[in-house]
Amino acid sequence: MLTINDHAQSRTQAARTGLPSRAGLGLKTGHFREVLGSSPDIGFFEVHAENYMVDGGPFHHFLGLICEQYPLSLHGVGLSIGADGPLDKPHLQRLAELIRRYQPQSFSEHLAWSSHGPVFLNDLLPLAYDTPTLNRVCEHIDQVQNTLKRPMLLENPATYLAFQRSTLDEADFIAEVIRRSGCGLLLDVNNVYVSCVNHQRDPLAYLDALPLHTVGEIHLAGFAEDCDNLGDRLLIDDHGAPIDQNVWGLYRQVLQRIGPVATLIERDNQVPAFEVLLAEAQQADELLLNAGGRA
Amino acid sequence: MSTQRAFAAALIDTRLPCPEGLCSANGADPASRFAVYRNNVQGSLITALSDSYPVVAQLVGEEFFCAMAAVFVQQQPPQSPLMNCYGEAFAAFIQTFQPASSVPYLADVARLEHLRTQAYHAADAEPVRHEQITAALASPHALSELCLVFHPSLHLLDSAFAVVAIWAAHQQDALLEGIEIDRRQHALVLRNGLDVEVFVLEPGASVFIRNLIDGQPLLAAAENSPEFDLGQTLGLLIAHNAITQMNNKESP
Repeated sequence: MLTINDHAQSRTQAARTGLPSRAGLGLKTGHFREVLGSSPDIGFFEVHAENYMVDGGPFHHFLGLICEQYPLSLHGVGLSIGADGPLDKPHLQRLAELIRRYQPQSFSEHLAWSSHGPVFLNDLLPLAYDTPTLNRVCEHIDQVQNTLKRPMLLENPATYLAFQRSTLDEADFIAEVIRRSGCGLLLDVNNVYVSCVNHQRDPLAYLDALPLHTVGEIHLAGFAEDCDNLGDRLLIDDHGAPIDQNVWGLYRQVLQRIGPVATLIERDNQVPAFEVLLAEAQQADELLLNAGGRA
Repeated sequence: MSTQRAFAAALIDTRLPCPEGLCSANGADPASRFAVYRNNVQGSLITALSDSYPVVAQLVGEEFFCAMAAVFVQQQPPQSPLMNCYGEAFAAFIQTFQPASSVPYLADVARLEHLRTQAYHAADAEPVRHEQITAALASPHALSELCLVFHPSLHLLDSAFAVVAIWAAHQQDALLEGIEIDRRQHALVLRNGLDVEVFVLEPGASVFIRNLIDGQPLLAAAENSPEFDLGQTLGLLIAHNAITQMNNKESP
């Protein structure tokens, strides 16, 4: 088994983000003042890039102050890297401007599409895993990395259905995108669990098929539960619940394999009081510490 | 039709069937899984509107609001990934949305809520120091030559209804009792520091501020307005840090 030091050294350039190997929280507008007032012991904060693509006002005011105290992870939700059309260049420029302004330690986006033509669908939509899609996604990531002049992290998706024309497994598709583009992996452990339940895959086999040495950040979140027309469990990645025990279990497995990596607790719906999120972050911090992270 | 084109169309138009070419590992009907994406898209867009228009939602109730928002989403889905600006056209839509016609002031309340959102995210600008304004106003040529530039967050709204009173009532107990709904109101919206503020202006003051925005010097802007209290209006603008620049217009 690799030692912690080996883990760190075997990581790719893109995986070395500058985020500390600690737990971080999504920064919620309702928590701005509390964060500044109490300076909680948190490894980093993450924000959705699109929320801060505004001219001025409180969002920039508070993010500026919070960035003086904490490392920042900038997480895009609107670039539509998997779209079958070209990337939205003005949007990419807005992203470059935001990165210039806040100098985040990490920038990440999703393996998904969210726009078609001029219409933005406000969801992370699934891709067919075939060669034309692979080529297109790699071209788009090249374009992003060249424009931003830095490597990005790509997040594995939570999906609810598959495409008949897919020729690759999801994990193999992701591995190939990362190999070709040189980007890192944002490993969303909740998405791994959700997708594996929804598509009847083995989560550990899925994990082991991913290039884990490229993981630059981990996401943990809660899911909602539904069922399909056969009555089978259908998990929905809604970021609206505490992290599930199975996801914590899978997270431990990940840490055993790759050592401590910056880990975000994501909560975007039914956001609870700040101390509830802080408690989940502390739980992750303990696991990170056990895995060799710094106190 | 490309896969994504058909997929996108069926997400927005809920009457369309589930797109072809989809499958699931357990053999479940793809439509039962496609429904998750459709719910996500519809639900998140309706939630975005209800977050941006909370008073409109209160005025018509959640069920009506969701039904109205669903029609809007279908007719005018977002054209940009910047969801902070989604719903710019919502007020104009409400104006022509027949089932809402029994609440004639609804569109103006939506306009006011949208201006508040715009003001919240508008560019930052330093206000001119109060002493500097007082000094400029005291100079003899001030009134005829001084032009004012306002904070980028400043907006005006002229309504045939008591739009500010209706909106304000919903910041607390949501009672419209005692409000003369049909009483015309002129709203001033601006961001003072980090806070968005809303004021009611006299009709003349609203025209005066509009004239200033159009570049008229102080005296002309005041003369070209119906009667209003100039001192009080300037006092309001100064006290709430609305003036960000003063320029002396070149004398002709």
